[in-house]
Amino acid sequence: MSDRFDLVIIGSGPGGYVAAIRASQLGLATAIVERERLGGVCLNWGCIPTKALLRSSEIKHYLDHARSYGLVAGEVGFDLAAVTERSRRIAGQLNAGVRHLMKKHRVTVVEGEATLSGPTRVRVGERVLEAGHVILATGARARELPHLRADGKRIWTYRHAMVPPAMPTELLVIGSGAIGVEFASFYADMGARVTIVELLDRILPVEDAEISAFVAKAFGKQGIAIRTGARVDSLVADAGGVTATIDGGEARFSHAIIAIGIAPNSETLGLEALGVATERGHVLTDPWGRTSVEGLWAIGDLTGPPWLAHKASHEGVVAVEAIANAPHAHPMDRGNIPGCTYSRPQVASVGLTEAAARDLGHEVKVGRFPLIGNGKAIALGEPDGLVKTVFDATTGQLLGAHMAGAEVTELIHGFCIARQCEATEAELMTTIFPHPTLSEAMHESVLDAFGRVLHI
Amino acid sequence: MPIDITMPALSPTMESGTLAKWLVRPGDRVRAGDVIAEIETDKATMEVEAVDEGEVLELLVAEGAEDVPVNAVIARLKGEGEDAAEPGPGDATEAGEGAVHRQARPEAPPAAGPQAQPAAAVPLAAAPAGRDGSDRPIASPLARRLAAIHGIDLAAIAGSGPRGRIVRADVEAAAGRARPAAAKAAPAAGAAAEPAAAAPPPVPADAPPVAPAAVPAQAPVALPETEVPFETVKLSNMRRTIARRLTESKTTVPHFYLTVDVWLDPLLELRAQINRALETQGIRVSVNDMLVKALGLALAQVPDANVSFAGDHLRRFRRADISVAVAVPGGLITPVIRDAAGKRLSAIAAEMKDLAARAREGRLKPEEYQGGTASLSNLGMHGIRQFDAVINPPEGLILAIGAGEKRPHVVDDALAIATVMSVTGSFDHRAIDGAVGAALMASFRALVEAPLAMLA
Repeated sequence: MSDRFDLVIIGSGPGGYVAAIRASQLGLATAIVERERLGGVCLNWGCIPTKALLRSSEIKHYLDHARSYGLVAGEVGFDLAAVTERSRRIAGQLNAGVRHLMKKHRVTVVEGEATLSGPTRVRVGERVLEAGHVILATGARARELPHLRADGKRIWTYRHAMVPPAMPTELLVIGSGAIGVEFASFYADMGARVTIVELLDRILPVEDAEISAFVAKAFGKQGIAIRTGARVDSLVADAGGVTATIDGGEARFSHAIIAIGIAPNSETLGLEALGVATERGHVLTDPWGRTSVEGLWAIGDLTGPPWLAHKASHEGVVAVEAIANAPHAHPMDRGNIPGCTYSRPQVASVGLTEAAARDLGHEVKVGRFPLIGNGKAIALGEPDGLVKTVFDATTGQLLGAHMAGAEVTELIHGFCIARQCEATEAELMTTIFPHPTLSEAMHESVLDAFGRVLHI
Repeated sequence: MPIDITMPALSPTMESGTLAKWLVRPGDRVRAGDVIAEIETDKATMEVEAVDEGEVLELLVAEGAEDVPVNAVIARLKGEGEDAAEPGPGDATEAGEGAVHRQARPEAPPAAGPQAQPAAAVPLAAAPAGRDGSDRPIASPLARRLAAIHGIDLAAIAGSGPRGRIVRADVEAAAGRARPAAAKAAPAAGAAAEPAAAAPPPVPADAPPVAPAAVPAQAPVALPETEVPFETVKLSNMRRTIARRLTESKTTVPHFYLTVDVWLDPLLELRAQINRALETQGIRVSVNDMLVKALGLALAQVPDANVSFAGDHLRRFRRADISVAVAVPGGLITPVIRDAAGKRLSAIAAEMKDLAARAREGRLKPEEYQGGTASLSNLGMHGIRQFDAVINPPEGLILAIGAGEKRPHVVDDALAIATVMSVTGSFDHRAIDGAVGAALMASFRALVEAPLAMLA
């Protein structure tokens, strides 16, 4: 049995399914292959279900502190199974939503494991899909190391941590990227004693150093222990818990989460036989998503960091528009991908850190504004936060923006738009920000960079 | 989807041109082959033919717009079977702005359409300023600031952003092109300093003959104030090219000059005989036609003079293509007689007549005036006795032909009256040494003085 399509997409995560919709809009006959669940990790095991969990822990946090808002709550507790169930239900809802979207856009969904028997020939079981173009969007999975392996009982990856069989009391989180920090925050708010171990010298190492320090301090206040510049040499689970050897010393935990990065799902596709260029499993592409093999494209986590859903989606659109020769198609600009971490405090950033900007030879002007100077933040009871902006001193280019605090993940797009439109400090300073909102802190940070800050 | 019509490259070296005239208006139907516009390059006016069939949707460049970069979109066609009402992305939001724009310009050229404004911005800005001063290139704030810092005219840059918007990368690319030249002219130029105004950008010998479009051909020269009444004459593209190329020639090509006096009577006699013979065919061979042939034959005899200097090597041509300077209104142009040595005189005469006529009408095709191997410039008809011509790079030599005049002449040790013509060759000493130049002059002289060899 053979089918012919203009485009076959392998993987239906936020890269694949968005690419499929865009392809359909552009009139391409499109098929999408999924071996597990439509929506991929993002919808089913990543972004969305973790946000559902974090919402529960956030509300628990507010209930724990009801008195500070003048409210009296009775005994605050939780039903872990119900919290998890809510997260799973939301994931299920979105999974069904993607199925609906595929149907609406007349995208053929093929269930099964895909292998490439040619650059544009995809085999799924007995079925062979012939395509004008193939987009690989197979994503990634949690990275493990020989001495750091999950067992699903005491030692978890993000996937286990999302459906915990029991509530950890003493939790070790190995790795302090977005995934590690979010689970640390969730379980700490749910009452676990959490320790974060990071190999590098600070947590959230891709963020601006000041933001890392800010979050480390906030975590410290919450009772989260942080060990930076530390290595977990071994991790041994037994019936009662986990023994970790950290820099030679042993420590005992009830559970551990391995969050040391992710590994691309590139092994089973048959890339080697086609001569597709890869680097440590990541498929190499140009800014349009072209691989080294004609007709074969790749997007998302499979192509390397940052491992972010919105990066995958955008790359999907870029590749499809290139395939369809759509007007106004533009190549991927990896310098303008925002990063968001949904811990408490939240972290959001776009562009260059101050250190990276200086390393690139920019003479910089830096603005900082603490949320304690923002009326709305105080009214919300969330005065801990920082907005940092980095400008090129000569050109006024907004090189980077870095935020920590309440709802900053909902604010960062303002700076993304500014960067995309190539606003300078002049446009940002003359923009009217609404009062009272947290967004005023963004304005103030810009003003501060040029010595015009108002509220500090 | 609309079909983009772009500024054609009418010659390999063309970087930009003036949109002299539109021959279609929005709403017109065109077929492949229809002439839709006239483009004035530095050398000639060319017709642009439609490649596709369809209805003209919009003209994006105003009539008279200068320095429209090659490949810039100048118009859009609605493809066959397409609904004109189908909105493109952004139409709805930009329609209002477009309408205002149109109102503001009552004499707007046909380019004013809802979609036209954004993409048209670059070229429109190059149009004669002043209608109402509202025309300006669409560029991001950052691009504007960078252009100001680098002293780059936005109107000379093609935008690569959405809908032709000029973005940072475009200005930086232009700045990168401009920098090597500017750096030589003003090594000490500070961050905000403009490239030294007076010095024309030196062009390396091995650079393509036409400088990148973004580099101002000649920076404005600050002339001293004067009380003498004057008018400002705008430079035509041709004038600019002459200025740039000949400055480049005189400043980078080491010229040397060799003059010979040539006895012309034998050639005049032969010419008279030939013209009597050709009278019935309506062909008249001019002295100049014969000199073109003589130069071609001389170069065949002295191939070491038929060369171009190319930086790290010489190009020695196996055919002599003679560029013949023709004065045209506002400048001069050099149509090329290909293989002058191999052509019959009658053929050269017919060809030269046609080329010269079309040169004066500005209707030469680029391949008709580019790529000669040596030049010939004749001011004899103006009574000039002798002059030195400027080499037309990358050619290696040019012959300057003076007037044939009766002079005392020694024939067989006796003073006689003869028609004598002074010819001066200008040679590129990087490629041609004195002895080779002298051999070439001697060959040329021998051919003119014994012209029957030209008929062999």
